[in-house]
Amino acid sequence: MSEKIFAEYKDRLPNKILEDLKNHLPPKISAANLKEIFRLVDGEYQQAQVDPGESVGLVGAESIGEPGTQMTLNTFHFAGVAEMNVTTGLPRIIEILDGRKIPNTPMMEIYLKAPFSMGKDIKQIAQRIKETKLMEVISEFVINIAESTMEVRLNSEKMKALQLTVGQVIKVIDKNTKNCSVKKDKEEILLKMRGKHDTLNEIYKLKEKIKILYIRGIKGIQQVLPVKKENEFVIITAGTNLNEVFQLDFVDTARTISNNIHEIEEVLGVEAARQAIINEVYKVIENQGLNVDVRHIMLVADLMSKTGTVRGITRYGIVSGKSSVLARASFETPIKHVIEASLVGETDQLTSVVENVMLNQPVPVGTGLPGLVTRVKK
Amino acid sequence: MEKPEDKPEDAKEQEETKPEDAPETAPETASDTPPEETEEKPERIDEEPHIFKKVKEIRFGVLSPKLIKKMASAKIVTPELYDKEGYPVDGGLMDVRLGVIDPGLKCKTCGQKLKECPGHFGYIELARPIIHVKFVSIVFNLLRCTCRECGHILIPKNRLRSQLNILDAVQNESGLESRRDKIKELITNLKTINKCPYCNAKQLKITLEKPTTFIENDKRISPIEVRTRLERIPDEDLDVFGINPEVVRPEWMVLTVMPIPPVTMRPSITLESGERSEDDLTHKLGDIVRINQRLFENINAGAPEIIIEDLWDLLQYHITTFFDNNIAQLPPARHRSGQPLKTLTERIKSKEGRIRHNLAGKRTNFSARTVISPDPMLKLNEVGVPLIIAMKLTVPERINEWNSDYLKTFVQSGPTAYPGANYIIRPDGKKKKITDETKEQLLEEMQPGYTVERHLMDGDIALFNRQPSLHRMSMMCHRVKVLPFRTLRLNPAVCHPYNADFDGDEMNLHIPQNEEARAEAEILMEVQTQLISPRYGLSVMGCVQDAISGNYILTKSLEMTRHEAVALLSSIGIENFSKLPRKDSVHGREIFSVLLPDDFSFIGQSRDKEDNAVIIRKGKLIKGVMDKNNLGEESGLLLRNLHKKYGADMTIDILSKMFRLGVKVLLKHGFTVQLSDSDLPDKSKTKINDILRKAEQQVNELIKEYREGKLDAFPGRSARETLELKILELLNKARNETGNVVISDSSQDTPTMIMAQSGARGNLLNLAQMAACVGQQAMRGKRIEKGYKNRTLSCFKQHDLSPSARGFISNGFKSGLSPAEFFFMGITGRDSLMDTALRTPKSGYLYRRLANALQDLKVEYDQTVRDASGGIVQYSYGEDGIDVSRSENGMINVKRVIDLVEGEGR
Repeated sequence: MSEKIFAEYKDRLPNKILEDLKNHLPPKISAANLKEIFRLVDGEYQQAQVDPGESVGLVGAESIGEPGTQMTLNTFHFAGVAEMNVTTGLPRIIEILDGRKIPNTPMMEIYLKAPFSMGKDIKQIAQRIKETKLMEVISEFVINIAESTMEVRLNSEKMKALQLTVGQVIKVIDKNTKNCSVKKDKEEILLKMRGKHDTLNEIYKLKEKIKILYIRGIKGIQQVLPVKKENEFVIITAGTNLNEVFQLDFVDTARTISNNIHEIEEVLGVEAARQAIINEVYKVIENQGLNVDVRHIMLVADLMSKTGTVRGITRYGIVSGKSSVLARASFETPIKHVIEASLVGETDQLTSVVENVMLNQPVPVGTGLPGLVTRVKK
Repeated sequence: MEKPEDKPEDAKEQEETKPEDAPETAPETASDTPPEETEEKPERIDEEPHIFKKVKEIRFGVLSPKLIKKMASAKIVTPELYDKEGYPVDGGLMDVRLGVIDPGLKCKTCGQKLKECPGHFGYIELARPIIHVKFVSIVFNLLRCTCRECGHILIPKNRLRSQLNILDAVQNESGLESRRDKIKELITNLKTINKCPYCNAKQLKITLEKPTTFIENDKRISPIEVRTRLERIPDEDLDVFGINPEVVRPEWMVLTVMPIPPVTMRPSITLESGERSEDDLTHKLGDIVRINQRLFENINAGAPEIIIEDLWDLLQYHITTFFDNNIAQLPPARHRSGQPLKTLTERIKSKEGRIRHNLAGKRTNFSARTVISPDPMLKLNEVGVPLIIAMKLTVPERINEWNSDYLKTFVQSGPTAYPGANYIIRPDGKKKKITDETKEQLLEEMQPGYTVERHLMDGDIALFNRQPSLHRMSMMCHRVKVLPFRTLRLNPAVCHPYNADFDGDEMNLHIPQNEEARAEAEILMEVQTQLISPRYGLSVMGCVQDAISGNYILTKSLEMTRHEAVALLSSIGIENFSKLPRKDSVHGREIFSVLLPDDFSFIGQSRDKEDNAVIIRKGKLIKGVMDKNNLGEESGLLLRNLHKKYGADMTIDILSKMFRLGVKVLLKHGFTVQLSDSDLPDKSKTKINDILRKAEQQVNELIKEYREGKLDAFPGRSARETLELKILELLNKARNETGNVVISDSSQDTPTMIMAQSGARGNLLNLAQMAACVGQQAMRGKRIEKGYKNRTLSCFKQHDLSPSARGFISNGFKSGLSPAEFFFMGITGRDSLMDTALRTPKSGYLYRRLANALQDLKVEYDQTVRDASGGIVQYSYGEDGIDVSRSENGMINVKRVIDLVEGEGR
């Protein structure tokens, strides 16, 4: 019985309402009542539809802009044991809506597949993900000025933890340095400069260069933190690299997320980026204890991703794509826009809001939209 | 010799004025009086035109020298402004042919008087061509990418076509903006070519010496030469540069003729001393004309080349600063006082510029502003207007045969007696002030068709607004209620949408002046229509403060005799007591129920942690208390459901009654917050002290451990950071424990407690801070650490990590803070002030950008959301097309519907 009626309303009602109905309907219900409920819900749904002409854009801007004044400016500390900063509040919203390439505090939440998500080898896995620079396994440098050589002493404990051998390290150094010979000397590495002139200076430069050599892990992941979330382990990282993390076999790619919208767009496409904008903005607003409907955020996200790439709400992004010269000019850099328009001979059709405000004319939105047709008596 | 040029700013203004002066005068053909009527009322004075022309589009372009001369009504030849009598000189910058700014003079071009004449352009003939600063970068590109001999673009003919095709494809794909980017790319490639593919002439390297000098092989290219080269560029090649030859020829970017803006856009002001003070633009133009004349004379006199060059450069400087006085490489032109002149660019751009200040923002008459104060006896949709204001603001009413007697009474009273009238407007638009002298005569003259501007009266429509107007509820329509005294008054329940309080806030009042505006205000903006916020779909208005405490007390425990209950209800304006049970003693819930409609049912929750059910059945509050969760703004579904079932008008009526009921209950019951509310029994005081002492001990142990190096660090953290985190955790725990002691040990029904529990004001944490312990003062999530070297305040030892030395306040507000604690509190207090001060401009800018980007999105008739050019942004608004202000907190409340249907079935 109920399946039939659900099927009947499947195209009339959005999924969310149908689900709500499913969850709230009492187990025993008469056919007549069921029908009546659907009829009423459908009625209410139709009643709640937006009116044509409704200025949803401005309402959305107000709904996000107004609570902006109530948000905090501070960055907060991650709710884990150790400390990791996360940009929240107003700065985070600004950064998302700006469409910045790299967020202030890039972060990933890496979910794991079955055995690992229960905590198996969690520490080692975390270590594997983290980007390790050579500096971290070096205990000291010894520079011999007379012979222009440099000894690199390695921290064997760290090496063991990272499952690194001296040979591997030498390979890395060898590959990335020029005009010097690399030799193994027990647990140490001996570097000898070739060539004569100004070797001391060069050796210092070499030292700095070696320090930041990449050895293993995923580039861009500066910190890792395994955290127990509900009943599974999740790895939270500072720094993002979705593409490479997805290639690890123990990662649950379906749930792993990054907070770098631009990266999501590259790896997963605009639709994913759009959803990420919605999720991220909503998360911030929710965290601040504010109440803003998703629909407003959706509209902003849709506008930002309309062209197929994510554009920020800035003078270079969305505003520059407007068709009206005056609308662009009234935002920022008016002179530039007027001059460019004059070169091409652009025509402003006065189809949006500000231009008509400027000319003291009714705005083509809301009640200004419908016109009146009348037959003039001759 | 005469040809060139012009500037786009003018182009715009000129284009704009063209359509604009048209609308004022409607053509005969559109007259709205049917022909039969014309004869019967011979004495009727001409009506103002009521049909207005509409601007359909605005085209942008660059003025050609020809057009400049054509649109000019005077040639300016002398820098002098006025003759000895103070009359504008012919051929001077204030020439009467350019428009009038003095009362009494008539414009020689259009014959109109001051305020009627829109002004007219003039022109000057420049002795030598001058490069227009605003086009320098384009001219530079043109010079570098075209042949210096033949003017062709440096792309071989066979490839030109394909390049154009690429550009067009890019434009089709992603618009004009990306075409510009592509052009930029193309131009960078062209710069390096050094041989013309057409005439094989060798190309020399051209550089730009900012702002306006072009150098080729260390030799300067004179503007004359620049101009001839630009002239040689064929129309077909211009497309590649993104220049449309139909509207712009490149040589127009080098001026040979310059338009002189009308006097009306640079009016002079007369100082008290009778002296005239000219506008900045006039000063600048004076310089230009003077130097130009000198240059002419020197050329004609055959002066040495050096002198001519110098004058030429000077002229270039003046014209450059006339367009833009903020060019990096040039010293700005200044007044004698040293203050920089405000020339064309500065006039247009930025917040105080023409566009944002005057065009996108308008000023208005018929408005008022004063301090606001509360008056719960007003209805929600009323605004109390002081009599003085009501006698200044007016509503125009047109006289017809039915209302003429009524309107005459206003004119009779005149402007000094209320309700009276201030002005009478004749049908031709002539405004006449009503005074004691003119009153009689005006009464005679009044007839249908005239308009009376009468004083504001009760029930008139007004718009009420408080800045910052962050959302649409910041400007709502209220009904006027004329009241004595000098403040605007509003019901405290509407404070929330305006975000107003009464610590000196001022608000604005506007009176719509025609039927269309009034109708729109009433239907779209009246308070009750704004009840449900489009942000989250709940009521934005609700009970606040006393109204919540009052209803809380009433529904929780109050009992009174029926007699008292009737007195209470009648004091809030209820006349029907049939819902009150007929027994001697009535409970507060029964009194509250009187306000509810008979068929209203509701199940909700109150703030109380246990036993929080609120049940209203058939208009009776059966169980539960009324607190902020149900009555407050932005919370709960009680008001939302009332609105859904009974509509906006009834909801605000019920709401205002609830509000008044709460206030009156407190009035009757008495409600005083006193110091003893936060008193604690001695036993709990010791308990609190124990907790704090124990916490301090633990912290000290931790510090000791840390000092001895025994503290285990958290992964990825140093020992010091770990210590801080642990201490912070400990101290917060201790504070919370003291809070719990306070909550469980202090007496439960003190007024302070009632306020906290009902949600009217304050919370339990505030109470604990008063009675027991304020707690750790944190900055950026850390204990306070800065101040002096290795210590926070000079009264502590260096490296002291103990709680009291790092901002832990163990006293409560009641016992008072120690000096050090007081300073810590001051530190965090300032920090939060800074936060607010820094946040406001940031969020303001974000809001401006959002509003600008989203303003033209609207729902079309096919339910799609589209932008101004018709591009689809969403197929259905919010994926389901639901208007948030018609939803219940963003959803359709399925549960309520089920309860409704199932409830009936039972």
